Amino acid sequence: MRVTAEQLATQQREISVAEFFTKNRHLLGFDNPRKALLTTVKEAVDNSLDACEEAGILPSIRVKIEVVAGRDGATLPPAQADRFIITVTDNGPGIVKEQVPRIFAKLLYGSKFHRLRQSRGQQGIGISAAGMYGQLTTGKPVRVISRTSPGRAAHSFAIQINTQKNEPVVLEDNKIEDWEHPQGTQVSIELEGRYQRGRASVEEYLELTAVANPHIELFYETPEGNLIHHKRGVEVLPRPPKEIKPHPYGIEFGMFLKMLQDTKAKLLGVFLSSDFSRVSANAAGEICKEAKLSANARPRDVVGAAAEKLFSCLQNAKLMAPPTDCLSPIGEEAILAGLYKQIRGEFYTAVTRSPQVYRGNPFIIEVGLAFGNDPKLKKEEPEEPAAPLAEGESADGEDDVQLARLMRYANRVPLLYQQSACCTFQSVVETAWKLYGMSQSRGAMPQGPLVVFVHMASSWVPFTSESKEAIADYDAIRKEIKLGIQEAGRRLGKYIRKREHAKDEWKRRNIFALYIGEVAEACGRLKKGSISVDRLKKQLLQMAEERTGGEETDRILRKQREEEERREHTIVVTPSGAEGAIPKLLATEAPPADGAAPAMTTEPGAPDAAPAVQASLFPDVAPESKAKRKNKKAARAPGAVESRTSRLTKSQPTLFGKDAEQIKKEKPKSNKKPGRGK
Amino acid sequence: MSPKAPIRKPAKDVEGRLVGLAEHVIECARTNKEPAFHIPVRALSNVEFSKSRRIIELKKAKTERQLLSLSTAKKFMQTMLVGDALSVLQREGLSRSLREIYYRTKHTIEGSNENTFDGQEESDPIIEDLEVTLEALREELHVRAEAAGSLVGPMTIVDDGDTIDCARLGKGGYSVPSIVEPHDVHIKKCTADFVLLIEKGTQWNALNEDKFWKRFNCVLLTGNGQPPRGVRRFARRMHDEYKLPVYVLVDNDPWGYYIYSVIKQGSINLAFESMRMAIPDAKFIGLSSRDPQSHGLPRNVGIKLNDKDIARARELKGYPWFQKKEWQLEIDFMLKSGLKYELDSLANKDFRYLTTDYLPKKLKDKDWLD
Repeated sequence: MRVTAEQLATQQREISVAEFFTKNRHLLGFDNPRKALLTTVKEAVDNSLDACEEAGILPSIRVKIEVVAGRDGATLPPAQADRFIITVTDNGPGIVKEQVPRIFAKLLYGSKFHRLRQSRGQQGIGISAAGMYGQLTTGKPVRVISRTSPGRAAHSFAIQINTQKNEPVVLEDNKIEDWEHPQGTQVSIELEGRYQRGRASVEEYLELTAVANPHIELFYETPEGNLIHHKRGVEVLPRPPKEIKPHPYGIEFGMFLKMLQDTKAKLLGVFLSSDFSRVSANAAGEICKEAKLSANARPRDVVGAAAEKLFSCLQNAKLMAPPTDCLSPIGEEAILAGLYKQIRGEFYTAVTRSPQVYRGNPFIIEVGLAFGNDPKLKKEEPEEPAAPLAEGESADGEDDVQLARLMRYANRVPLLYQQSACCTFQSVVETAWKLYGMSQSRGAMPQGPLVVFVHMASSWVPFTSESKEAIADYDAIRKEIKLGIQEAGRRLGKYIRKREHAKDEWKRRNIFALYIGEVAEACGRLKKGSISVDRLKKQLLQMAEERTGGEETDRILRKQREEEERREHTIVVTPSGAEGAIPKLLATEAPPADGAAPAMTTEPGAPDAAPAVQASLFPDVAPESKAKRKNKKAARAPGAVESRTSRLTKSQPTLFGKDAEQIKKEKPKSNKKPGRGK
Repeated sequence: MSPKAPIRKPAKDVEGRLVGLAEHVIECARTNKEPAFHIPVRALSNVEFSKSRRIIELKKAKTERQLLSLSTAKKFMQTMLVGDALSVLQREGLSRSLREIYYRTKHTIEGSNENTFDGQEESDPIIEDLEVTLEALREELHVRAEAAGSLVGPMTIVDDGDTIDCARLGKGGYSVPSIVEPHDVHIKKCTADFVLLIEKGTQWNALNEDKFWKRFNCVLLTGNGQPPRGVRRFARRMHDEYKLPVYVLVDNDPWGYYIYSVIKQGSINLAFESMRMAIPDAKFIGLSSRDPQSHGLPRNVGIKLNDKDIARARELKGYPWFQKKEWQLEIDFMLKSGLKYELDSLANKDFRYLTTDYLPKKLKDKDWLD
């Protein structure tokens, strides 16, 4: 039987956004219980950080994951439990009472989507989607407590989302006069999830966040009841990124039509020059002339073929690349501080590239490297008795190949999934690491104790999908990442070569001593004991000393060390201590702060037994003396980060000289659409 | 008649030569000179093909092995250790394998966890170095290689006091030891007309099973691939002592050609041994690159030459001992056809083709290369 159009019409109705996401949760990173747990933490933490930074507050964030007891009252061990409560508390500006329900229980509501500005979140889906996921799997509402200033009372809410209408439903709304925190927001979500440690875990995510954001302080209460504390590495907030207008080269036709209709400008010429970046009044006039339109026309009247013509003229106009001062890179000092405090190694370096442009969007690439094993750790290990090596055993004792670890970031947010689909991974793999003293198999990460840190800061990061897990492969981006890696790699190579050289010298002098003993004894046996082996040994050793330097070599080695130039933005750790651009805050302490990661592993480390830093926000943590805090403030390098950012603005002019045609042609390599426009 | 292959005199006082290594070091230490050994270079650059003697001979180039040089210090030490171990064999009248010498000399260097030798591949070349430097043969140094050869045919030998009739050894044959000097292996009687040296053990088995040696009154000898010293030396002795012609039967590929050339002229690596091992009168009986055509082997039993084969064939073409016109044509023919053939591929015609047709025809027509 055939169905008529009328019958079909009875089945056709609007789909609410919330309903759509209920059925397509994987698009937002809630594919499975394990990922859901991580995504929820991630969205809450990202929101907190964005809020704190925008308000100019040094973020102090506490993440707590608890196992929910089953109906029979029994609590399962974390690895077996399937229900958790995630609570994230920040010291941010708080949220005004009226906005709380909409922010936490209305999808696509927020301040970030409509602004072209570098921020962690982009769409305003994250936290409300996490709340909805919790509601969907456990039926429990999202609980929020927020306080905007110590003078005001805190408000506590229990909110649900009406998935049909995409509207918040407030179940509870209470005033709390004596909330323990003077200011900030706390969100609790109960959800079905799976807790796991190791790769792509909450622990790893928080550790990576601490590396790229050394200005934050993080507490993590694990479901096992341990407290992990990531200390602050710098006391300077990143420079707030500026909002920019879209650049004509980065706009699509549909978007352009919408802008024509929505603009507040009354005249077409004014619309072009005020709603876009890099379109001057002059240029606007020329573009209108080229499109055979009057600059005084009403933008709303430009439709159809005329709009199309105008759009193509706009695309063909020779315009300057978009401004890049809207970006806020982490900065070389801060990356160094982050790597140094989280990872135990012997060599650290960081590179911040100058801004570049892809498809009309400005971006900055930053690369950091941490290499080696902490020499202090090595020293502590008991000296193993030299076991003779059997055939086929290698001298290092390490038979399994350790591959380098890649830390990927977009706008300071760590990326944990889909590494091999990510532009950063491709760039690292394509780099010839052998030039920098590392070994590497074809098409693989370099081998050895190495961490590669790659950060992309942009007003719009092109992800391969909505779940924001991998950066799309644009030629311009890949090229920049590679250049960054090369610059950092060259510094690493220099360090490794120097180290090898010193080793060789040492070996050179010891080798003869070792072999001479063997030779003398063999001679003694051949002569059936008729000669003095000791005398022969002495004679040969003396000869070796004369011919191969001895004290002379010592002198040369010492001189070399003295002449060693001061490296910029690198840290070298030797058994006697660290040298180089050590962050001031960390300079007095041992670098492996309690709770920080042991060398090069993904394991974020032992639980913090006695966290010692700045604890006004969290009463259960021993507060630090005021005097010490003052000292730290005094000790910090004012303007260290600022001076770097100001250097970035200086580098603009070279960028603007870039040929406009070239910028325009850039298209992503993969056929996957970048995140934009979805 | 071609000039007779030269005979080498056995080395005397091997132990004294080994002790000489130590004496050199002691003397240098006394006079404050850097100890160094001068070792003849075993490489293509340091061998030459003697047209008059028709064998590959070592030239004069030597490499210096110093104790006080970073690149040679370890090898110098290793040379002393091996020399010491070899002197023990001399003194105690023992002969031992390469591998046992490796184990005997391996230990951890005092004051480190470095081994004197990491693998046998480090100690083997040192023994060869000492062979050339001291001008003593491996047997004279009392070092044995693995026995990897088989022999069958109308001859009687005395090995270690046992009299062995090589015509009555069933399918296995006589296993040729690595040391076959007259002192160790005495050829008591030999009535064969020629020696057939076969590259592959499988083909040797087939020929033995078909009793080819009975019908054609010959000695069948194989070295399972590149023949070891014992097999080469034994063939040479039969050639010298009983005037038996030696025919070589190998696969039709560049590696087969090289096996033949090693039997005939000696090898580059052991050029110093050519004098007593090479058989300049040996003949190449097959498989020739023309045989597939003349024996009607279909093209599809050939194997395509790979890049390595082609490179190796071109290399062979350049060796001075392959400069005869017929050899240049032979190699060119293989390169042109782009194919190589295994001996086993003759089975495509018939399982007994090798014994009933191929070899009889070759021998009757004297169809071989020199």
